[in-house]
Amino acid sequence: MTKHIKILEHALSSIVRRRFKNLAIIVAFAFTVAALSTIIFFTDSLKTEAENILASAPDLIVQKTKGGRHDLIPIEYAEKIQIIPGVGEVTPRYWGYYYDALTKANYTLTGLMSKKSSLELINGRLPETRGETAIGAGIADIRNSEVDGELILVNSRNLGVLYKVVGVFTADSVMLTNDLVVLNNDDIIDFFDFPDGKATDIAVRVYNSSEIQNIASKVKRLFPETRPITKSELVRTYDMVFNWRSGMMIAVFSGAIIAFCIMAWDKATGISAEEKQEIGILKAIGWDTSDVLALKFWEGFIIALTSFFLGVIAGFIHVFFFDSSILAPIIKGWSVLFPDFRLTPHIDLYQLFVMGFLIITPYVASTIIPAWKTAITDPDTVMRG
Amino acid sequence: MIKSKIFITFTLVELLILSVLFSYSLYDRQVNWRMGLPAKHQLVSHLDLTDFAIWTEARYTRHPSQTDFFSPFQDFPSSLEHFPAGSVIAPAMHSAGERP
Repeated sequence: MTKHIKILEHALSSIVRRRFKNLAIIVAFAFTVAALSTIIFFTDSLKTEAENILASAPDLIVQKTKGGRHDLIPIEYAEKIQIIPGVGEVTPRYWGYYYDALTKANYTLTGLMSKKSSLELINGRLPETRGETAIGAGIADIRNSEVDGELILVNSRNLGVLYKVVGVFTADSVMLTNDLVVLNNDDIIDFFDFPDGKATDIAVRVYNSSEIQNIASKVKRLFPETRPITKSELVRTYDMVFNWRSGMMIAVFSGAIIAFCIMAWDKATGISAEEKQEIGILKAIGWDTSDVLALKFWEGFIIALTSFFLGVIAGFIHVFFFDSSILAPIIKGWSVLFPDFRLTPHIDLYQLFVMGFLIITPYVASTIIPAWKTAITDPDTVMRG
Repeated sequence: MIKSKIFITFTLVELLILSVLFSYSLYDRQVNWRMGLPAKHQLVSHLDLTDFAIWTEARYTRHPSQTDFFSPFQDFPSSLEHFPAGSVIAPAMHSAGERP
């Protein structure tokens, strides 16, 4: 133990002697780890949020497709789905997209049945009669609207329609409601000029969750032109969109891996003449090869461990305290309305350990291997270069 | 022995910060699940929401779970997908073997 403490002391002295080079390595290394951990924390947290929040989404969404495209669905399908045993509430959904030329933003307009209801995550209330609307915080912000304000939208007949804003969704719900305009169902039908008896899709609630797949198959058999989307697919979507094949993961991971490979390659292909001389002197004054290897192990380990910890801490702070402010513009794309990512922190220790192992081990190995090659050479030859 | 003591102390401080962040994540998640989650469930259930309002640039990025495989490419035959967010996320997968 004492021997290792002394070797550690020597390794630290060696690192301090080449302080600028090692500091540059630590900064680059920590930055790479921070980029990786940012993506891992961000995607993991989003997946967990999706799993938790979308647990109360409709059990089944039934869409009609025509020529591979989403088409409006006849409402009478809802009546036929309703009589399938095990099916609970069946609701036709009226919703669509709206491009606002004024703000150059896309809104999602969604309909609501006329019923008195209140939600916790809204300032004000939901629309109860025609001519009323509740809007997301993003729209309220971009249109300078507030409760008791007005919202003018241009309908499909190119006529401006004025709605009274009766509610604005709170900032806590931006991930779900940022671009949402909630209108009364009759208002939506009129706004988009939906044909009589047609809805955008149908939401189905199922009493027994283990029956969802079964009912989806029955719906598909009953209406072959439809496409039932189950709740597990909704939740799994966010697992899929952020898997390793997604562009974001590939871009960041490949960048990080290339940077890391260059660093490891530089280390593994040879050590500097100064380092070789140092190893030769240590061997000449009586150090064993194992002592030299221990010294190089500590040198690599100190740099890799410090960089790893600093990178992970920076990644966590960036995602959960600064709302991924550096990452957000990268993933924002052309979205005009983009929510602030106030994600619930989530750390997967298993992933952290795997990342630590995959980062620290190759770096330490690439430090030890060239040192070992030098350490087994005759000290006199090494010192003479 | 001063340098090794400084290094060990520094590493322990880093570990302590990581432990604090980990504990904070557990605590915040508990608080959020207790306080915020029921309200979000109420919202999702009441409005029948299916997706996060993250990317509003195209319908297949606004509602990845509701879109079909062709959406990014269906503007005209052999058209390419042209929204940046589409290159950030991977396409959603649906029931095995089912092409919508």
